[in-house]
Amino acid sequence: MTQRPTPPAPREITTKPRLSDRIFRGTVTGFGMASLVILTLIGLFLALRGFQTFKHEGFHFLTGVKWESVTSDAGKVTNNFGVGAMLVGTVLIATVALIVGVPLSVLCALYLTFYAPERIKKIMVSVVDLMAAFPSILYGLWGFFVLMPMVQYWAGLLFKYLRWIPVFNAPQPFFERSPFVAGMVLAIMIIPIVTSVSREIFAQTPLDRIQAAYALGATRWGMIKTVVFPFGSSGVVGGAMLGLGRAFGETVAVFTVLNIVFKVNLHILYGMGGNVASMIILKWGEAVGDETKALLAAGFILFVLTLLVNMAANTIVKRTLKSGK
Amino acid sequence: MSPAEDMNNETPGEDMSIDSKVSSSALADVANARSAAREPGKAPMGSGLEARGIHAWFGKHHALENVSLDFASGTVTALIGPSGCGKSTFIRTLNRMHEFIPSAAMAGEVLLDGKDIYAKGTDVTKIRLQIGMVFQKPNPFPSMTIGENVLSGLKLAQLKVDNKEDLMQECLERAGLWNEVKDRLGAHAGGLSGGQQQRLCIARSLAVKPKVLLMDEPCSALDPGSTLRIEDTIGQLAQSMTIIIVTHNMQQAARVSDYTAFFLSDGGPGNMIEVGPTNEIFSRPRDQRTENYVSGRFG
Repeated sequence: MTQRPTPPAPREITTKPRLSDRIFRGTVTGFGMASLVILTLIGLFLALRGFQTFKHEGFHFLTGVKWESVTSDAGKVTNNFGVGAMLVGTVLIATVALIVGVPLSVLCALYLTFYAPERIKKIMVSVVDLMAAFPSILYGLWGFFVLMPMVQYWAGLLFKYLRWIPVFNAPQPFFERSPFVAGMVLAIMIIPIVTSVSREIFAQTPLDRIQAAYALGATRWGMIKTVVFPFGSSGVVGGAMLGLGRAFGETVAVFTVLNIVFKVNLHILYGMGGNVASMIILKWGEAVGDETKALLAAGFILFVLTLLVNMAANTIVKRTLKSGK
Repeated sequence: MSPAEDMNNETPGEDMSIDSKVSSSALADVANARSAAREPGKAPMGSGLEARGIHAWFGKHHALENVSLDFASGTVTALIGPSGCGKSTFIRTLNRMHEFIPSAAMAGEVLLDGKDIYAKGTDVTKIRLQIGMVFQKPNPFPSMTIGENVLSGLKLAQLKVDNKEDLMQECLERAGLWNEVKDRLGAHAGGLSGGQQQRLCIARSLAVKPKVLLMDEPCSALDPGSTLRIEDTIGQLAQSMTIIIVTHNMQQAARVSDYTAFFLSDGGPGNMIEVGPTNEIFSRPRDQRTENYVSGRFG
């Protein structure tokens, strides 16, 4: 047997760009990287400034429920900072927001994708997108003046009939400015993002599967159940997580409608609670020295939390869109 | 089957080449063998379908013009013709799948057992249960197992059956797939080959017991082996239902069908040029254009 000649190594293909091209490329690359750089810098800034607090409080910073800085008569300062209660509040409010907001958004996306006439669909899509661009203080004000009285009434009903479920119980029937109200406001605020992601995913449902269902005598709802939901479910989960990211970070609206108290409160109807973002804004004005550092440390926690949730959400959404499963 | 009203009755031209004569008569032989193989005396079952004066539009584009065809119970009718002649559009008007395309419109009547399926107040889902459809590309539901796919139509239409296992086996047997999948009914349908997936789709259509089965180029995405198996299946099914099949493959039309209808578009809307018993269409078509097409001179 004759030996085959060894093939040559592949040549490296290069080109020498012109100076103008290199300058332009440099500029574009610089600006392109800017958002990454800024994000990293913000993270670093928060981590560095908060470092002292982390060192001092240790793991207790995450679990502690007190937020106090006491100066004794001798001038000795005792700090006790922990965001535990606020973290619990953040998750609680976001959960309420998801439970209320996601079904609404999915139904809205289904309507827009499979039922709405073309003209209404166009208008509705831009209205929903506009909702995302609305300043959150407006949601907060509306939530305070319009939504809260209604929600208080619903809370009263829930308390009356479902009190045996621990989350619907309350030490006293005091339902004003509760996590429930804040969750409702957030639910409305996450509708745009969850709707638009769900709509995008639903629209990608393979046509041949839709036709297969119809050809078997499916009603539209039957088709959606058999074809669209199995196809789009993971995308909806991704969209919900993007909503969760927004709900975690929302500051002003929650600050407006929530009665922020440093205590772990799992009774969603009861008028006290908190979330990390609104706590920072509440304390910021009067904070000095160590408390400022502690607030920045809390900011870092929020930063990491939001980043993780959003990254996970984006991965899920992209994978669904690509796999076409 | 009665010839359609708008049929052309031109006589074939005299300028046929030797070659085309040979090839088209070979097709005619295939078609003759097919009609001889049909068991005589067996009463045809299934249901008759009549299309009367069908027009179809996509927006302003007139895609199909005045097509009338009768499909007798228990027969196989092949629709042949070059691409873009409206055969797929026509078959999709027969079970109201045409209307899913935005801006699509139609005129005419489609009668199933004498009742217009486009009549006001008709429940379209009931129509599609009686007139099943198999598509060009195999489209099983990937999130379901093989068994669930077969029974998916029952679930969608909320039909109850006494014995699901028996029905599943019967449908898979009729589709010629039972022996290949009987040990893995719980596996996901995506793991099957293209030909198996298409037979699974046929089994799925059979489970709701349609009277008519429409097949829109069911073999065009498949290899010759799978194609042959599906043609076998069609032969079996034809004993119990009416089958209408769109195909680009004239050999296939000759092998499986009792009647053949030739569609053509002269740049305008598609027309049905000629319909007749398959062996006649391939041996002595009445229209010169049919002659040209079946002898392979264009298309």
